[in-house]
Amino acid sequence: MHDVAKHDDSKGQYFWVWGALLVLTGVEVWLGYRQVFEPVRMLEVLLVLSVMKSALIVAYFMHLKFETALMRWLLVISVTGCFVIMYFFFFPDAGRILRLGVK
Amino acid sequence: MADAALQHNAAAAHGAAGEYEAPLFGAYSKKVGMWLFLASDSLTFGALLFAFSYNRIYTTPWPTPFHVASIINASIMTACLLSSSLTMVLAVFASQRHDRAWTRNWLLATMIFGTAFIVLHGMEWSKLIHEGLTLPGFPKPAGQSQGEFAKISAGVPQFAATFFGLTAMHMLHVTIGVIYLGVVALRKWFLPILGVIWLAGFFLIPSDNVFHYGIHALLIGLVVASIILFLKPKDYDAHDVEVSGLYWHFVDLVWMFIFPLVYLMSTKV
Repeated sequence: MHDVAKHDDSKGQYFWVWGALLVLTGVEVWLGYRQVFEPVRMLEVLLVLSVMKSALIVAYFMHLKFETALMRWLLVISVTGCFVIMYFFFFPDAGRILRLGVK
Repeated sequence: MADAALQHNAAAAHGAAGEYEAPLFGAYSKKVGMWLFLASDSLTFGALLFAFSYNRIYTTPWPTPFHVASIINASIMTACLLSSSLTMVLAVFASQRHDRAWTRNWLLATMIFGTAFIVLHGMEWSKLIHEGLTLPGFPKPAGQSQGEFAKISAGVPQFAATFFGLTAMHMLHVTIGVIYLGVVALRKWFLPILGVIWLAGFFLIPSDNVFHYGIHALLIGLVVASIILFLKPKDYDAHDVEVSGLYWHFVDLVWMFIFPLVYLMSTKV
């Protein structure tokens, strides 16, 4: 029988991850409310912070860090690949509409 | 292969159904199935987030209507979801050490945080709709304001469409998650609770509120959960708790993108 994923580490690290996620959320709120950057730069910074938060959730809370390398890479590469393809479909078109001034 | 067959036969001989499973990526099949579902669901949310960003880029000027009250509310909602992920992890730990009481307690704590998120989000929606941010299919509440949000709904309909579309999809996922955890934690005892919540919501929420109709999602959940529990009544084990946890953390993960994109990028200073 394949047992539930067992972790060598203590529960403490999950409290640290939870704390880090709350701190990162606080930073996001501060940046967003103070409008520290221009909108496009702000979008980039917030997305970087969101990717960091989601990586923590996937790695620790969803235990992907403790799965086999094959499963880790298969999931990460396939999902990331799909998002990259979507990116190349969507954003050039949105920028083109903006440049052409289509209403 | 022969060893695997022997193990399987031995497990079957001892009447331990489900004791043996062929390995797939080093994990049991339920977990792999949930990961595949989450991978496909992430593309659904990815498409919605890309659609939001698409509209955000080409619509100028994009409205920035969210005052400090909305940001505080959304921040508390975020904290609820993050805390629910922690309690979910603790539920998984409790299930691994076969502590049924604490597994149930932590699952109930997760459900409470999830429910708090839904209630806060519902209040936020109702407030925005009352202030004029609406979609053509929504019921019109009595005394609906014709102020700033009404102008946004009329002038930049993409804002209301993307806001309600994205957050409704997420709210539906959180609702499904709470029902899922309720079934895992309480099994058939959860069904009457869900029925009472549905009836109370239907009769107590005014008919000019969009949630008077949205509450029927609970009825659909009740029917589906009843069918599942009727077809396969079982005592959910540590595997089931871990798999339900994967779904719950995914719901949390998606909000980590919705919160900054939808709320923080539309903040009014």
